[in-house]
Formats: sequence, structure tokens, C-alpha cells
Amino acid sequence: MSQASLPKSALGRLLYRFAPALFFIVLIALWELVCQVGNVPNYILPAPSAIVSAFFDVEISRWLTHLWATLRVALMGFALSILIAIPLSIGMIRSELLNRTLYPALIVIQSTPVVAVAPLIIVLLGTDDPSRVLITCLITFFPLVVSTTTGMLETPPEMIELSQSLRAPRYRETWQIRIPYAIPHIFSGLRVSITLAIIGAVVAEFVAAEKGLGYFIQFSTSFFKIPQAFAGLIFLAAISLLLFKSVQWIQMYFFPWSLPKKK
Amino acid sequence: MTTQQQTAFVCMEGVGHKYDLSPDAPMAVQDINLNIHRHEFVAVVGPSGCGKSTLLRMVAGLLIPSHGSVSIFNNPVVEPRDDVGIVFQKANLLPWLNVKKNVLFPLKHKYGRYSKDDEKRADELLKMAGLSQFSEKMPDELSGGMQQRVGIVRALLLNPDILLMDEPFSALDALTREQIGFDLLKIWHEKPKTVLFITHSINEAVLLADRILVMSKRPGSVLDLIKVDLPRPRTSKTINDPKFVALTDTIRGHIYEPSVPA
Repeated sequence: MSQASLPKSALGRLLYRFAPALFFIVLIALWELVCQVGNVPNYILPAPSAIVSAFFDVEISRWLTHLWATLRVALMGFALSILIAIPLSIGMIRSELLNRTLYPALIVIQSTPVVAVAPLIIVLLGTDDPSRVLITCLITFFPLVVSTTTGMLETPPEMIELSQSLRAPRYRETWQIRIPYAIPHIFSGLRVSITLAIIGAVVAEFVAAEKGLGYFIQFSTSFFKIPQAFAGLIFLAAISLLLFKSVQWIQMYFFPWSLPKKK
Repeated sequence: MTTQQQTAFVCMEGVGHKYDLSPDAPMAVQDINLNIHRHEFVAVVGPSGCGKSTLLRMVAGLLIPSHGSVSIFNNPVVEPRDDVGIVFQKANLLPWLNVKKNVLFPLKHKYGRYSKDDEKRADELLKMAGLSQFSEKMPDELSGGMQQRVGIVRALLLNPDILLMDEPFSALDALTREQIGFDLLKIWHEKPKTVLFITHSINEAVLLADRILVMSKRPGSVLDLIKVDLPRPRTSKTINDPKFVALTDTIRGHIYEPSVPA
């Protein structure tokens, strides 16, 4: 991402390679040190060691139950979001009328804080999956619409001329030119959306749930089991990271041409 | 009908275009009259922004001229035609398809499929362009020169009678550019086509073409139509021919000291 050149010496290269890991290690060590030396009570800020032991105090089956509950909602919401956003984007590119009609509505939905709407959705749809999935979908689909439409609109005019010069049907212009061209954009949208999907699922759990990692964190906090809440939080962050990476792996495996070129 | 019009393959009569149709809007191109004969190689040179590409798009049927008319084989051009192939500036390959699939793309795009015979034809064309061993490569694995060869091969797939080339070599370095120019001439000898070749390189135009249309600055109009009577096949030695030097001088004179447009 940065324009600076890579360090040349062996030590410099080593430092460059391990700098991110080193940063985390130093941070965690400092954290532990502050807690131990300052005698900070566990219910204010638990030491990393206390978080680790709290993690292992919870049975693995309980973790998996909570994990599955969150992951399930996040992935269902994410999938629904893809199913809505991509056809919607195609429709909006192909029809100026549809674009004009829906764009303001999309902006309104995106500008409304989902956290504030979540309780209302629960009232409307009940405390089960449909409302959780809807909350997740609402929070994830806007970045997907934006990235897909942007990609399709940025298709170089010469590629469109190639299609026109062949007098190809318009749906093939969409499927064989605009959509493939938008793939890198769609994936950057997917990377944003997948992390938002976890946030959406957690928001839904905060409002109404009896399992899930979000529920687990809230529940632990209300019983002042702060190390346990931290363990849940870190677990959640790790899952989010894993999902983000999975989207990258899918792109690398299925669409290697769409990755930025390495020089 | 005059004899010239009868033998003309591509015929431009008083062709002009303005992108904005309000009465005082400037013309992008104005009053172009040109007859291109069958299997003739015509180059168009002119300063950037003179409307060369606009002219090409009007012949391609991608743009309908606001003034005058273009006809091919006595049929007015009102939409893109099957017998016209276009080679774009910077190759314009699809980065998600390998070389062979890029070459076959016109069929896939127009009809939704291609046959084994089509694949065989694509292989032959790739072989002719010296690209056989690259057919499974992705475009970004190829040099700029090779990419543009693929672009030419793709334009030849539907075996067009007319090849329109829009500054096809302008993104290439000088050496690659000269080589690919000679290769284009070789292809043109093997599979004769009527070629309209847009360029801003005077040397390239003289080296390749039978006739050269010299265009003025915007609004682009005809400054001169020059016949290039250099012997073929043209080679790297052609550049030393005194006629070559004289012709490039003439064109340079037109472009740098523009006379009143004809």
C-alpha cells in the first residue's frame, strides 16, 4: 500500500516481515505488564493471561454453539445480500428509470443506523432468524450495490464498442463484458460486506437472542465476567478476520486475473 | 455514377460530425470525401484531437455522421456490419479470458457459442501471428506488442473484408512498432483486406499505406490526399528510399504549417 521501497539489509527485511506480529506481541506484553504491575482488577481490564484462561474455562461445545449461531446468521444475511445486490445493480445499470427510482431509497436505507432500526425489525418480524437475517442483510448490501454498479459503469468504452461492433444482444454485453469487468470491484465490496455481516449478526443478537457470540459477550458483561467477555470478543474478531481472508482466497482461486498485478 | 465510385469499396461523401447538435456547436470532423478501393491500404494522419477516431467510428457504424454519408459496397452504413473488423488502440483484450478465448470472443459474444472448426481457425490465425505457444496465456502475461497481435487476430476471426485500425500501435515502443507494422503488411498480403489505418505517426503511415489522408486540426478536414508510390513489399530499407523521405517531408509540411483546408 505504501510507496516506500523495501529495506535492503537482512535485518531490515526480517523486521519488515515480522513487524505486524511483533507489534501485536509487544502490545499484548505491555497490556499484561500494565495489569500485573498496576494490579488492575479483572473486572475493569483483564490481563491477557486471564482472558486466555477464561477462554479455556468455557467448554468447547458451548463455544461452538455460540459460534455457529452467529456464523449462520452472518452467512445467511451475506448470501441474501449478494442475491439482492447483484441483480439490483444489473437492473440499475440497464434501466435509467429503475436507477432513478431506487437510488434515493437506497441512500435512505444506508443513512438509517441499522442499530436503531434493529429493535423495530424484531417487533415486526419476531425474534427468530428472519429478523436477524434481515438486519444483517440491511447492513451488508449497500457496499455491494455501490461496488457492483461502479465496476459495471467503469467498463472501458472500447470494450462496449467491441460489443456494439458485433451487434451482440445487450444481455451478453452485461454477462460477458460488464460483469466480468466489475469482478475486482465486486470483491472489494464483498470484503467490506463480510465483516459488516458479523457486525449485523451481533447487533441482532444484542437486541434479541439466546445464543451467539454477541449474546455471549453481552451476557458475560452483565454478570461481570469481563475476561470471558474479552475472550468472546477476541474469538469474534478472529472469525471476522477468517471470513475476510476466505473472501480473498475465493477471489485468488476462482478469479486470479482480477487481483492487482505484482511487479 | 462515375467509374471511381463504382470501384470504390468504402465511400465517404461530405462526411462531417458534431457531437453536440446545437447550431453553433463546433464540428469534430467536416466535409470528408474519400473513396477507398477494394484491398487498398489507406492511412489517416493528423494531429491529436483532429477527429481521426471519429471518422473511423463512422465507417464502423458505431457513430452515425450528422452530415454526409458513409457507404460500403453502395450500402449506406447505418449500424455495425459483419464484414468489418476493428483493431482498437491498446489491444482492448478482455483480461479475464486467455489469448485463444479472446480471439474467439467475437463468436461467443455474437452467437453465444463457437464450433471446433472455429477453434481450429483461431489456432491457424494465432499460428500465422506467431502466437501459437501463447494461446493459453492470459493477456497480462504478454508484452504490449503481443497483445496487439492478439487484437489483430481477433479482428480477423470473422474474416472481414474491411479492417479498421484505430492507432493500433501507438502504445508500443518504436522497435516493436516497426516490426508489428511489417507483420501487418505480411498478413495483408496473405489475406488481402481493405484497410483504414488511423495513426499519428507520419513514418508509419508512409511505410504501410497506398494512400494517405492528411487531416487538419479540429475541426478535422482533408488537407491532402497523397498517393504513396513506394514499391512493395516494404521493408526496413524503404525508410532510406528518397521517395520515402520526400513523402514524409510533404506530410510534415502540411501538419506543421497548415495551409487553408481544401
